[in-house]
Amino acid sequence: MSVKVYVPCDAAALSVGADDVAAKIAKLGGDKVDIIRNGSRGMLWLEPLVEVETPKGRVAYGPVTSKDVESLFETDFLKGGDHELGHGLTEHIPYFKNQERLTFARVGVIDPLDINAYEANGGIAGLTKALKMTPEDIVEEVLKSGLRGRGGAGFPTGIKWKTALAQTDSQKYMCANADEGDSGTFADRMLMEGDPFSLIEGMVIGGLGIEADTGYIYIRSEYPHAIKTMRKAIEIWENKGLSGRHDDGTPRFKLHVRVGAGAYICGEESSMLESLEGKRGQVKVKPPIPAIKGLFDKPTIVNNVLTLGSVPFILANGASAYAEYGQGRSKGTQPFQLAGDIKQGGLVEKAFGVTLDELVNNYGGGTRSGRPIKAVQAGGPLGGYIAPKGFNVEMGYETLAEQGAMLGHGGLVVYNDTTNMAKMARYAMEFCEIESCGKCTPCRVGSVRGKETIDKIMAGNNVAANVEILEDLCDLMEEASLCAMGGLTPMPVRTAMKIFPDEFKGPVKEAAE
Amino acid sequence: MIALNEEPKLVTLINTTEDAFARQVCESYGDKAENLLEILHAVQYEHGFISDGALRTIAYQVNISRAEIHGVVSFYHDYKREKQARQTIKICRAEACQAVGVDSLIKEAEQNFDVKLDGGGKEIALQAAYCLGNCALGPAVMIDNELYGRVDIEKLKHISMKHREGSRS
Repeated sequence: MSVKVYVPCDAAALSVGADDVAAKIAKLGGDKVDIIRNGSRGMLWLEPLVEVETPKGRVAYGPVTSKDVESLFETDFLKGGDHELGHGLTEHIPYFKNQERLTFARVGVIDPLDINAYEANGGIAGLTKALKMTPEDIVEEVLKSGLRGRGGAGFPTGIKWKTALAQTDSQKYMCANADEGDSGTFADRMLMEGDPFSLIEGMVIGGLGIEADTGYIYIRSEYPHAIKTMRKAIEIWENKGLSGRHDDGTPRFKLHVRVGAGAYICGEESSMLESLEGKRGQVKVKPPIPAIKGLFDKPTIVNNVLTLGSVPFILANGASAYAEYGQGRSKGTQPFQLAGDIKQGGLVEKAFGVTLDELVNNYGGGTRSGRPIKAVQAGGPLGGYIAPKGFNVEMGYETLAEQGAMLGHGGLVVYNDTTNMAKMARYAMEFCEIESCGKCTPCRVGSVRGKETIDKIMAGNNVAANVEILEDLCDLMEEASLCAMGGLTPMPVRTAMKIFPDEFKGPVKEAAE
Repeated sequence: MIALNEEPKLVTLINTTEDAFARQVCESYGDKAENLLEILHAVQYEHGFISDGALRTIAYQVNISRAEIHGVVSFYHDYKREKQARQTIKICRAEACQAVGVDSLIKEAEQNFDVKLDGGGKEIALQAAYCLGNCALGPAVMIDNELYGRVDIEKLKHISMKHREGSRS
């Protein structure tokens, strides 16, 4: 009997040599081992994390390099033997054990493209229920779960779906926004690479809910592994007839993968829809909202990958099972992503209400560099900075907004005390300049002027007057921009100025590295 | 997917010949303008950039103006209108990688490969990427669609060489 050995095929694991490790284990293990390429458990600092199946459960070793493989065999790791890289049972590692994994329940557990393993681990149960329900009931279930858009805007998913269902057009579209461009976020990628069927199932259920027969997954081109996995998964899913079949054998719900072309703005839904039509990804004025007039002018739902990936759980276990998690108006769980200068970076799925301190210090273990934390940027490039004295904030849409920050897509980027905050504020403006779609002036021109003004402040040029100009410019961008790109770029700038005013008073001596 | 054994047909375009490959790509996408991004991806994958000939051919096939296609090509960072270096190293310079010192890696890489970030190059080019989704294991780099994490200059030199050797063999 061969022993099952799990070596992740997640892009992050591959980035630190998982393929070499798998090859070496196969070479030394021969027919004694049966290598399964799973998704990542999300403990990314331990990647490549090799797991061995034993009668007691899966035993973890990591981070394993190909050089360590020989010594693993020497210590009889196929029987779960002790090794300096050993961590005991994977599911007992506190980082993993204390999570509340609903959306990521199968990620890292199974071979992402094994449809039988998907079903054996709770997959397809949601779809089976949905097939017996009316569209109205499906939408109602999602509405009652309290699920809100995980892409950042936090709009109630059920209300969006209800709007689309109410449209009488015969053609409607269900779209997944997988243009995960925020720095510090990788949850969409991990879900697509680790459990692609859950996204497909969520979209098929959505299709039943709003009566759409066509779906698009818009994946950014920076995610070649996710693109490949999603394409294969769709093929497997449709060949199995899981989207139903027309008389001619074609699936009742047809899914397509579309690849972005390196434009951050295409994560904005109207821009994404333009891009899906083969055009420049320019933002459109709302209304009309996409749920009424979207892709090719037809009613269209655009949901984030994590939103759709949570739908199968909601249908399978009921709205109340999901709504039990979370607090206030932030129901359910959020996959948080710990990134930047962090010791134990990775993915932590927790119910809303967990504090930032718990995430960054307990799970994350502080900085990788060992230096004190200066600030955390929550919610991507458009999110605000939070200094350690604000770390007791409970994570939720409203609670973060009260702090002048935002949840965004759940990304947390940790910076150490050497960070120059004026430089980060300048980068926020520069990023907006690079990625602005150019449609509205506050964003297109404001970002350039913002960058220039911060340059002047950093050079010590007329500082007080320029700080005032910068504040004024931020007001204008917030008020007059067409979408969140220009509207939220001031958030990192303003929070940096508010928390670290001393760094906006002229030339700062570069901190020692 | 695309048959390459057909003779290119003659079209009356000024100063340029038709790009047979681009025509075949367009045809395989039903000559539909809505598939423009996919078409451009396929053409660029084959040629390394979108040439004048390819642009004209695509315009003719999907029946929209060259100006409109130019608008699309110039909007997206991925599409290139000029021949690219033999190797493009994408370095992530987004926030999470900045937090772990990508700025100094970029400086070292510029020095080592004797090119500027986003400044082109014949053999090797350094291109800024804005998040490669490897934010817990930064600095992150991508070469030939392969992702690398915790990259320092020594590792970068090594993987750059590995990919150059791989493409020659």
